[in-house]
Amino acid sequence: MNTSPNPESSAQPVIQIQKMNKWFGQFHVLKEIDLEVVTGERIVICGPSGSGKSTLIRCINRLEEHQEGQIVVDGIELTSDLKHIEQVRREVGMVFQHFNLFPHLTVLENCTLAPIWVRKQPKAEAETTAMSYLERVKIPDQAHKYPGQLSGGQQQRVAIARSLCMQPRIMLFDEPTSALDPEMIKEVLDVMIELADTGMTMLVVTHEMGFARTVANRVIFMDEGQIIEQNEPEEFFNNPQSDRTKLFLSQILQH
Amino acid sequence: MENQNSVFFVRKEFALSRPAPASTVGVLGWIRSNLFSTPFNSLLTILIGGFGVWLISGALDWLIFNAVWTGGNEACKANPDGACWTFIGTRFDQFVYGFYEKPERWRVDLVLVVLFVGVFWSGWEKSPARKWIGGFMLIPFPLIAWGILYGGIFGLPVVETSQWGGFILTLVVALLGIIASLPLGILLALGRRSNMPIIRSVCVVFIEFWRGVPLITVLFMAAYVLPLFFPTGMNFDQLLRALIGVALFSAAYMAEVVRGGLQSLNKGQYEAADSLGLSYWRSMRLIILPQALKAVIPGIVNTFIGLFKDTTLVLIIGLLDLLGMVNAAIADPNWSIRSVPTTGYAFVAITFFIFCYGMSRYSRFVEEKLNTGHKR
Repeated sequence: MNTSPNPESSAQPVIQIQKMNKWFGQFHVLKEIDLEVVTGERIVICGPSGSGKSTLIRCINRLEEHQEGQIVVDGIELTSDLKHIEQVRREVGMVFQHFNLFPHLTVLENCTLAPIWVRKQPKAEAETTAMSYLERVKIPDQAHKYPGQLSGGQQQRVAIARSLCMQPRIMLFDEPTSALDPEMIKEVLDVMIELADTGMTMLVVTHEMGFARTVANRVIFMDEGQIIEQNEPEEFFNNPQSDRTKLFLSQILQH
Repeated sequence: MENQNSVFFVRKEFALSRPAPASTVGVLGWIRSNLFSTPFNSLLTILIGGFGVWLISGALDWLIFNAVWTGGNEACKANPDGACWTFIGTRFDQFVYGFYEKPERWRVDLVLVVLFVGVFWSGWEKSPARKWIGGFMLIPFPLIAWGILYGGIFGLPVVETSQWGGFILTLVVALLGIIASLPLGILLALGRRSNMPIIRSVCVVFIEFWRGVPLITVLFMAAYVLPLFFPTGMNFDQLLRALIGVALFSAAYMAEVVRGGLQSLNKGQYEAADSLGLSYWRSMRLIILPQALKAVIPGIVNTFIGLFKDTTLVLIIGLLDLLGMVNAAIADPNWSIRSVPTTGYAFVAITFFIFCYGMSRYSRFVEEKLNTGHKR
C-alpha cells in the first residue's frame, strides 16, 4: 500500500501551487508555498497547530483566497472568477473535521443534493449512485435517517460518501478524525484506506501517523506557514532532517 | 482468591432496572415537586390558586353567566353588571364589513371563505396539492382578492377603499404586511450580509431608516405627505399607499429577524455547501435558508403577531379597522350604558387573541414538525 503512485496515473500534476502567499489581514499565514500533486498521490500534511495546514488545503477549493502566487487545479487556475471556482469545486471533494452534514436532510438527501443540482443528474440516478457509495462506507441501512440520529463515526462516513457522490478527482480531508471518539476513528480510517486503494488523489491533514505510514506516498511537514520538509513516509519518520521536524515528531510519537 | 488489594472490585450480579417510586412520578409526583415542594411554595400555591379562582370566576360571571345575550339596549340598561353581547350582535355587520355597501357584501364573504379554506388547506399536513394551494395563496390570491374587493373588473362596481372598514380591513392590512414582509425581509437580510459594498449599504440604510420611524408616522406620511410630491392629477389610492408603507416597514423588522437566523448557522454549513459546488442562490435555497428560517420561527411569528395588532394604527389616516369601528359604535348615544365600552373592547380583545394565539399555536406545531433532532 505504501508505494509510489498508481502506475496508470499520468505524470501531469493535477494540483500545481506556485509561490503562493496568503495573509489574514496583516498576518502572513502561508509563505512561499510550492507544491505539485500528481494524480493518484496520497499526501499527508502534518504540523503543529497554527502552521497553516488547514488553510493550505482550503485554498485549493477556494474556501480561502490567496493573495499572491498561482494555484492551478485540474488545469483550471483559481482566481476570483466564479465560473472557475465552481468548476474546481465540482472536481474537488472536501471532508471536514466537524462533518458539516446538512441536519435538515436525510442521509440519502445529503448525498444526492449536489449531483442533482450541480451535475444535473436525474433523481433516480443520483439515488442509485448515493446508495452504492453508502454501501462502500458501510452504512446503507442509515440512508433514511437524519444526521442528528447518527454517531460521529457514522456522520463522518456519510460526509465522505456525500463528497464521493460528486465523483471528484481530488479529495481533501481536513483533520477528519480529530473530532471523533477513539473507538470510531478506526472505522473512518478504514474507509479512507479503501479509498486510497482505488487510486483517488488525496490530501489529508491529520495527526494519525499510523495512517500516514500505511497509506501516504508523501508526508509534508509544515510550520509557521511554510513547508519545512517532505519525504516518503518511512524516510520522514525514521530520518527527519530538519530540527523542527525532529522536535514535532518527538512530541507526537510515543516510540 | 490471591491478589486482592484494597481497590479491587468486580461485579458478579447485575442490577435490573426498577420502576421509579410512585410519589415521584405521574400527576402526584408533579404536584408534589412543583406546587408543594416546600412550606413556602405550598403557601404561595394556595394564595395564588385562591386569587386565580376569584379572578376567573369573576370574569366568567361578567362574560357569560350575568351577560345579556338577546334583547336590545333596554335589556342591557336593565342589566349593567354583565357583558352586553347584544350590542355586538346588532352591530356585527358593521364590525365585519365596515361601510362596505350592503348589496356588494357577498364579495367580501367570497374572499373570506376562500381565504380561510386556503389557509387551512395549505396549513394541514395531509392535504393534497398542498404546495400548489400554498403558492396560490401567496401570490395570485392577494391580487385577485384586491380585484374582487375593489371592483372595476369582472363587471363589478367599484367600492372605494375609504368604505372598507372593520375586520375585513384589519385582515387586508395585516395579511398584506405579512405576505410582503417575509420575502422582502429575506432579500434585505441576505443583502446586508453581502460582500458587495453597494448592496450592503443600500440594505443597511433601508433597514435602519424603516426601523427608525414609528409605524404611525409612516402611515401618516403615506396618506398626507406623499401626495404632495405627486404631480397634480395623479392619484394613488390612499389605502394602497398605506399598505406599501406597512409592507416596507415590516420587511425591515423581518430582515433583522432573518439575519439573526443566518448568523446563528454554523459557518461549516456555508462551507460544506460551497465545497460541493452549489451556487450562491442554490445553497441559500436548499441549505442555508431552510435552516436559518427554522431557527427563527419564534421571531418571525412574533413579528407577524405584532404586525397584526399594529393594524389598529390605520386610525390615524381615517380608516376604521375592527377597533376603530367598535370605538365609533361605543360613541352611539343609544348605547351609552356602563357595560357597553367594556363589552366592545372585550370583543376586540377576544378576536385578536383568537387570531394571534392561533398563529402562535400553528408556529409551535410547525417547529415540532421540523425538528429533526439536529441539536447535536
